[in-house]
Amino acid sequence: MLAGKRRPWGNCIEMSHRNSLIHTLQDLETEALDAIRAAPAEDALEELRVSYLGRKEGRISGILRGLGTLDVAERPPVGAEANRVKDVLQEALKARAVGLTSSGKEAGVQAPDLTLPARHRWRGGVHPITQVIDDIWRIFQSMGFARARGPEVDTEWYNFVALNTPLDHPAADEQDTLYLKDSLLLRSHTSPVQVRTMEKHEPPIRILAPGMVYRRDSYDATHTPAFSQIEGLVVDEGITFVDFKATLAEFARRFWGSGTKVRFRPSFFPFTEPSAEVDVKRMITMKDGTRVESDWIEIMGAGMVDPNVLENVGYDPERYTGFAFGMGPARIAMLKYGVPDLRIFLQHDIRFLSQFTTGRGP
Amino acid sequence: MNISYEWLKSVAPGLTSSPEELAERLALLGAPVEDITSASAGLEAVIIGRVQSVRRHPNADRLSLCEVDDGREVVQVVCGAPVIEEGGHYPFAPAGTTLPGGLKLKRAKIRGEYSNGMLCSEKELGLGRDQSGIMLLSEGVTAGQSLIEVLGLDDFRMDVEVTPNRGDWLSHVGIAREVAPGGVAGVVSSPIPGAAPLDLEVKSGSREVSHGPVRIRIDEPEQCYRFLGVIIRGVRVGPSPRWLAARLRAVGQQTINNVVDATNYVMLEMGNPMHAYDLDKLEGSSLIARRAKEGETMQTLDGLEHEFDADMLLICDASVPHDIAGIMGGMHSSVTSDTTDILLECALFEPKSIRRTRSALGISTDASYRFERGVDPEGHLPAIMRALDVVLATAGGEVDGPLLEVLPRPWKATSVVLRPSRVERVLGVRFEVAELEGLLTPLGFTVEKGDEDTEGADLRVVVPGYRSYDVTREIDLIEEVTRAHGYDSFPEDLSAARPTTVPDDPVFQLEDQIRSVLSSEGLFEVANPAFASEDEGEVELNNPISLEESRLRTSLIPGLLRNVEYNFARGARDVRLFELGTVFHASGVGVAPQEDLHVALVVTGRREPEHWSGASEALDYSTVKGIVEIALAESGWGEPALMTAEAGAKVWVGESGGALFDHASSITLTSAEGTPIGAAGRVRPDRIDAPAWAGEIWAMEMKLPAEPVAKTQTAYRPLSPFPGVDRDLALLVPYDVPSSAVSDEMYDVGGSLLERVTVFDLYQGGEVAEGHRSLAFRLRLQAWDRTLRDKEVDRVVEKIVGRLREDLGVEQRI
Repeated sequence: MLAGKRRPWGNCIEMSHRNSLIHTLQDLETEALDAIRAAPAEDALEELRVSYLGRKEGRISGILRGLGTLDVAERPPVGAEANRVKDVLQEALKARAVGLTSSGKEAGVQAPDLTLPARHRWRGGVHPITQVIDDIWRIFQSMGFARARGPEVDTEWYNFVALNTPLDHPAADEQDTLYLKDSLLLRSHTSPVQVRTMEKHEPPIRILAPGMVYRRDSYDATHTPAFSQIEGLVVDEGITFVDFKATLAEFARRFWGSGTKVRFRPSFFPFTEPSAEVDVKRMITMKDGTRVESDWIEIMGAGMVDPNVLENVGYDPERYTGFAFGMGPARIAMLKYGVPDLRIFLQHDIRFLSQFTTGRGP
Repeated sequence: MNISYEWLKSVAPGLTSSPEELAERLALLGAPVEDITSASAGLEAVIIGRVQSVRRHPNADRLSLCEVDDGREVVQVVCGAPVIEEGGHYPFAPAGTTLPGGLKLKRAKIRGEYSNGMLCSEKELGLGRDQSGIMLLSEGVTAGQSLIEVLGLDDFRMDVEVTPNRGDWLSHVGIAREVAPGGVAGVVSSPIPGAAPLDLEVKSGSREVSHGPVRIRIDEPEQCYRFLGVIIRGVRVGPSPRWLAARLRAVGQQTINNVVDATNYVMLEMGNPMHAYDLDKLEGSSLIARRAKEGETMQTLDGLEHEFDADMLLICDASVPHDIAGIMGGMHSSVTSDTTDILLECALFEPKSIRRTRSALGISTDASYRFERGVDPEGHLPAIMRALDVVLATAGGEVDGPLLEVLPRPWKATSVVLRPSRVERVLGVRFEVAELEGLLTPLGFTVEKGDEDTEGADLRVVVPGYRSYDVTREIDLIEEVTRAHGYDSFPEDLSAARPTTVPDDPVFQLEDQIRSVLSSEGLFEVANPAFASEDEGEVELNNPISLEESRLRTSLIPGLLRNVEYNFARGARDVRLFELGTVFHASGVGVAPQEDLHVALVVTGRREPEHWSGASEALDYSTVKGIVEIALAESGWGEPALMTAEAGAKVWVGESGGALFDHASSITLTSAEGTPIGAAGRVRPDRIDAPAWAGEIWAMEMKLPAEPVAKTQTAYRPLSPFPGVDRDLALLVPYDVPSSAVSDEMYDVGGSLLERVTVFDLYQGGEVAEGHRSLAFRLRLQAWDRTLRDKEVDRVVEKIVGRLREDLGVEQRI
């Protein structure tokens, strides 16, 4: 049998008289220590000493005197415990007396340095671009959107043709696409998710589709060949340009702050008509408290869903209307955090990544 | 598209906005201005200098000493140009000037002679690319005049971003139609200096038309819709007059000669590309729009030789090509200073055929750019008349015969029905018929009201030729209504929305959970591009950017290891990263590759941050296993997702370039059904470029399910009201018996009384028997209906010890 490895409470199954005396001693110990710590002056300390340890009335001394009533075999453990408590209390009385007579420093007792650093676990965090995606998602979630996803390798049909972009139109040049063999491609935008979602579900559609997209761009301060995009789509009966503007302006004000101005400019995307670029003008609070307006910043492309797209997924464009939008969370992260170069997000330097976590630790 | 502010005002005389105001308006019409530059910036100090005399520099053969009259005094200038005319007028930058390129001129001694400034070339002034010599100015200027004034450079260049649907905006007139007060009605044709009124007869044919020996023919009416030509004889080809050169310079267009400049001028003003041929170089004096013969070749104006296939449309004489239709002219028949007779072409080509040809040949020109986006089919006659005016006014000559026109099919304007009810349905705002008319008419549309009885209030809208490419449907007109009304004029009322039928995709929720647990475990998320090199990926890209990124990754770990290397190189020892991303596996010819979502992590360094209470130990197998178990618990593979230690087994990821993990430390991860879903272990030192001080590197990669299994619902279990008893057992366990086998056996024998088994100590070596290790287990026993008595507990423990000995050869250590 392995000795000495039992936990103390492992033996306390049966309560004996012996055990009840030990408990009494331990209760007295707790009670006395509290009283000693709270004692306001030296005469109060003396009273406490008499009441617990005094030869005649002391309560610990009383228990020691009562040992005689126990079986001979049961005396030693109780006696040992009583002596231990007696020692603890004498020490505590002495320490408190020192604390009361002086500042304590003279006697060499140091208060703990509470300014020493705390003990922490490692700090981690999600990527700043993911954080932006999450922030955007939470806003749209509160407006009744659900998330949808689609494959990153897709066909020309989903990436272009179903989205009203004929391959022989100059609009197809706008995005230089990365192709695999067999005319499969890496999706150049998240818009194929629009088509795939509408094929699978009936209106009302209210989706947000974050995902990676790919273009044949070399790495520079504002381009990377792989980057994330967030697509949004709303289709139902009675969705109008007014709903479109209202929803996206509401998003922009919630994301960029309530003082943000939102502007819609005509633009062109093959899969929306009318199409728009959405710009925001932020109110920025300077260090001295003054507030200044930023320039107009382009934050997304959007528009009313082109009837050809609805027709391509088998929706009746006379019955259903809708709007779609797309934005680049990396670009938004650059603007939001003041990161000057997109490539910084791809270095994954932990000193950079840890700037975007809050709270504890190194 | 570069627009000259002054040029725009010349075709829209009512325009009074400043360049900045104009830019704001254009942005709100859909043509944002990227940049406004002053055409004269940096040239303020440059004046006209008259060279009075030229002599050789006494100390340098290639330099000349010029006496230059700057209008106030005569100064000496050292000049390196090979040809300087005595009495000629040149741009002169006096000492103290800073030229547009940033060059600061100082009075300086050059080879012992003072130079008080510089006579400049076009390139030095930022006016063009010509640096062959200094810029000789034509007659009629005097010394001391401002160069800006002489060249008409007092202008602004506006770089307008034109979307691919608006080919009609690729000209000054096109932009003017949108911004002139009153719209199209406010656009005029500005007078050409020196042009006389011209009245020309038009001679038309459906396939062919001729005048004297000159013949024009269309063989491919599907690719060439219209071909206009006019003969001018006796031209004097030379430099363009100042007004013409100034217009072209203002938009950054090179000047070549008066004839070529005239065609470019008309294209930039009206949007119709044109071409001038040297008539004497055309065999049989003919121009024929035909397809190329397979393998036919031609040298273009830029000196390059092109070979054509049989789908490409060429403009040829009786035997050889002289122009890649709508793209670029040929060198042989180009207009030069020797040319006297020209044939001017203004034609219309099918956009897709132009796009196909120019992308096959790898060239893009101002002309092809416009034809691809659609050139006004109604604009040819005014355009060629305008070009004639310019040629006759600047190069002289006489028109020979009528205007020749080949027109296989006359152009017919299209019309589109517009329902006010549909406008309201899409835009959410009601527009009266008169309002719609008021918005569309200034853009050049003609609104005809339908018959009240048969079509209700529907409108029939006739589309002008220049909008015939992008306005073909009702929704296109609705966009025009929106644009003309102003996007900002629509209200922004949020209305109630019906809940969507689309469920929130559970894979996103899975990703959220994994991100949350791994980041609270102290790991940072990374997001690497999904590319891989030839050695690492399976799926090949057809048009990769580089060999390093020519395939798609099959594993996230190589990218993560590179991230760790990056951090090592910056001195970081404690690096803990994870990634959620897609990997790709080839699935065969013509089949989309298999896409899987993976989660992977790489960790190295200390177990916890440094603290004053004591040193932190290095991350070890056990810590990593803890993180892996947490990831596994959130992986959506259902319960239980098992981990089996399979030392020596081939692990599942990253095996292509040799083993990734140290086999002794690797484990495979399997789903509840036993399918391998991932692996974890210590990364082999040869798989990462780590400095000597780096600690062990641990990694895990796991595939995530396409359809995550929901976590099992927690069911409440009542807690026993009776106390439990702990018993400790020290066991001698042979090395080939895993601790999990020991605890499994304990649970098996202990049954319902055995609540929990904990390993609390491991000891090996010393007095422990060879081939064994000492493992200490704490057993908690508890019953639901009674307080266990010591004897009962002893019986269970003895039974467990007995079975361990019998089944596993595990002995109790006394």
